[in-house]
Amino acid sequence: MTSLVDAESVLAIDIGSINTRALLFDLVDGQYHFISTSTAPTTASAPFHDVSEGVHLALQRLQEVTGRTLIDQESRLIIPSQPDGDGVDRLAVTCSAGGDLNIVTMGLLSDVSLQSAQRLAATTYSRIVESIGLNDRRRPDAQLDAVLLAEPDIIIISGGTDRGATRSVYRLAEMARQVCRILPKERRPRILYCGNQALAKRIKESLELDTRVSVAPNIRPTIDLEDITPASVQLAKLAAKVRAQKLGGLSQYASISSAVLPSAFALGRMMRFMNGLSTLAKPTLGVDLGAGSTTLAAASADESYLHVSSSLGVGTSLSKVLEQIDLEDVARWVPYDLPVEEVRDYLYQKSLFPASLPLTPETLAIEQALARVVLNCAAQKFRERYPALQNSYEYIFISGAALVQAPTPAQTVKMILDGLQPVGVNVLMLDPHGLSQALGAIASTNTLLPAQILETGAYTNLATVICPVSDARPGTTILRLKIIYEEGGDTQVEVKQGSIVKLPIRYGQTASLQVEALHGTILDPAAPRLNRGVKNIVGGVSGVVVDARGRPLALPGDLARSREKVKIWSQSLDEL
Amino acid sequence: MLAPVTHILPLTVIRRSRTLPVPGRLEVRPGQKVNASDVVAVAHIPSGHMSLDIRRSLGIPRASDAERCIIRHQGDRLEKGDIIAEAEGVFSRIVRAPVNGEIVSISGGKVLLRVRTTEIDVRAGFNGMVSELVSDFGAVIETSGSLVQGVWGNGRVDSGLLFRVAQSPDDEFTRQHIDVSMRGAVVLGGHCSDPEALRAAAELPLRGLILASITADLVPVASSLNIPILVVDGFGRLPLNTCAFDLLKNSEKRDVSVNATFNQATGERPELVIPLPADGQVAKDADYFAPGQLVRIQGMPYTGKLGTIVQLRRGSFTLPNGLKVQAADVNIDGDTRITIPLANLEVIE
Repeated sequence: MTSLVDAESVLAIDIGSINTRALLFDLVDGQYHFISTSTAPTTASAPFHDVSEGVHLALQRLQEVTGRTLIDQESRLIIPSQPDGDGVDRLAVTCSAGGDLNIVTMGLLSDVSLQSAQRLAATTYSRIVESIGLNDRRRPDAQLDAVLLAEPDIIIISGGTDRGATRSVYRLAEMARQVCRILPKERRPRILYCGNQALAKRIKESLELDTRVSVAPNIRPTIDLEDITPASVQLAKLAAKVRAQKLGGLSQYASISSAVLPSAFALGRMMRFMNGLSTLAKPTLGVDLGAGSTTLAAASADESYLHVSSSLGVGTSLSKVLEQIDLEDVARWVPYDLPVEEVRDYLYQKSLFPASLPLTPETLAIEQALARVVLNCAAQKFRERYPALQNSYEYIFISGAALVQAPTPAQTVKMILDGLQPVGVNVLMLDPHGLSQALGAIASTNTLLPAQILETGAYTNLATVICPVSDARPGTTILRLKIIYEEGGDTQVEVKQGSIVKLPIRYGQTASLQVEALHGTILDPAAPRLNRGVKNIVGGVSGVVVDARGRPLALPGDLARSREKVKIWSQSLDEL
Repeated sequence: MLAPVTHILPLTVIRRSRTLPVPGRLEVRPGQKVNASDVVAVAHIPSGHMSLDIRRSLGIPRASDAERCIIRHQGDRLEKGDIIAEAEGVFSRIVRAPVNGEIVSISGGKVLLRVRTTEIDVRAGFNGMVSELVSDFGAVIETSGSLVQGVWGNGRVDSGLLFRVAQSPDDEFTRQHIDVSMRGAVVLGGHCSDPEALRAAAELPLRGLILASITADLVPVASSLNIPILVVDGFGRLPLNTCAFDLLKNSEKRDVSVNATFNQATGERPELVIPLPADGQVAKDADYFAPGQLVRIQGMPYTGKLGTIVQLRRGSFTLPNGLKVQAADVNIDGDTRITIPLANLEVIE
């Protein structure tokens, strides 16, 4: 594998469901800089069925913008860079195009190893098409047929603590072997074994005769301990290989790049990287609201948390989303008098043309309402999966066209507050160029580049949002804040329960808050020390916002009243 | 910028590959004429297995010893009652096949039998001719004629004579339009929001239904019916685009094939094919936006409207809702000029 360590120029390509992006980084005066980016439609499906066409177009556009030659006469990427400056030294590729992988999970107990296997599957773009466990009442023949019918791309075999069950685990491996023996070679699933490590060697040797096998540390080394992070790394590599086989044109880039990773995994890695750069009291969260799926990835000093809500996106997976959500929930967030049927027909038409953009304020509102509902669904799944996180973060990095390309920064803030519904004090950082996935892919072998890019201010400080937790009645004053400006002077603000207000802290202005929390209000349940005050808040593009509307956000059941409430909230934030 | 293309063509060569996902048996030969619903290739995929524990059945402790008693081999086809394994002894013990099947594997003292397969097939999709075979997977079907690609379909395939109910592009198709004289026809209607109209069409039955648009609440009903339903312009109350309307208006009483297969993952689109005794040219499936092209617009309030690109704008353009986009100026309704994001256009050719 080529290394990024000694590279001067690095090209990152992200192949999304709708768009393919090329990002160029290079050394300028001894420091890495983000030079430019370009976009072209992804060509994974008809009529091309080959991603290289979209990649080629993106590179052509990057050439035009930078004046730099990146591809040769035969349309191949020039790698490494040439003495005349043409080409790049290294390539990193991330991909979320190509749909979800079919994963079959095999384990023993449904609430132990099988559950952990399912959580592992959710760290990549996948759908669990069948699950086999000890409690499965079906005859072994019927289980085998069910797995065959499911057409798995990957089988995850878990089960047995490291000194635990053996016979049952061997039976699972035997079933996987039978599946591989029955299927023709080109349709055999790959196997990821992450169970009792004492059996790993023998199981690998036995299954390797029929298919490719990866082994990862036990995701359940003891009954009480779950550790899926090492296995998620293996799964990401497996998933990338399966995609490279299925997606026309991807394998040619795999052979010349230092990293080909699922975009979600790269996002998770970048969050770990960012969290590791300094000592942060709370985790860092990355949110990517994509066309095909929504990824939430968080990292603290000790732990990583990654969850991909597959088939829960706002573009290519919209037809599946429409089967999962209640359209009234979307209509509630639309501050216009549009019948639910019109919202429904608009979204169904959008599902046929996912790359299309809203032309009017009304249809933009429909799409942003959808974004809220999808974000909320994904956030709920994330919270269920990781209840310890408390939904409060030091930083929230935001990516995904629906969020970063909103016409105003305030609209992005509103979608995050309404959809994600964080609590406590969170700094929202906008990733307008989709850097996180690229830098996450690069960080595996070159940590200097991402660190230096972060220093150059490539992310935008969108806003600091303060979301106190309180049971007080609506209208009750729950916070008295004294804002003390770094440059001198102060002012006081009262915040009432149920309100959402912008504090008088401008973009780039630094201030501290002295906090008087009333009626049992907690400013930040994940950081109780903040109840006394918050130091060094820097105003973002949308300033500093206090969201005291409560959690979870409650909209009236009646559609008209709900829309009235949304309008009032929207007007409160219009001054952002 | 790369442009998606939708074909609404009076005369073109239509060449489509119809293949199975697994190797199978071809049912056609080169040069053969086929109808839309004719099977091109068929395969049998394993769907039922039975595991026989020979070790346990013969009462032999070791798997290797049990396997020595098995007198069959992998790949052997068995009929019910055939001996699979026998063990000598005071009382000889025999294991027989409980059902017809094929031995898939012998391992660990067990015999795995395939006892059931499911047949899958692929159909021609339109009336045409087999122009080439694709080894064991299927064939390429070809014809010359008119082609109208839709945006949504319910997955069924059939053919029949075209009968036009819609007198204008924005007519509504209702239950009242169906009468017994249309039995066996492919009917062209306008917009439909009446589930009873769809059910009546299937009960008659028609051989197919082509609609300008349907309201999205009709998707479950349309998906459940056995006749092909092809939607040309989309969801909502949309008129049939004038290009398709004019083409189909002139095609009444012709034999048409309706392939309402729709798979967004693979890009397979529903298509209406009208074979004609004339030679056409192959149309391109991809293009780049350029002035002079006929385009269809997506996005309210212009959804489904046709227009002509006047110019591609440089830089970005700000829409009324504040979005900054790459855009083109498009003439609609003769001389009304609007600016539309390139992402909302598809070339009609």
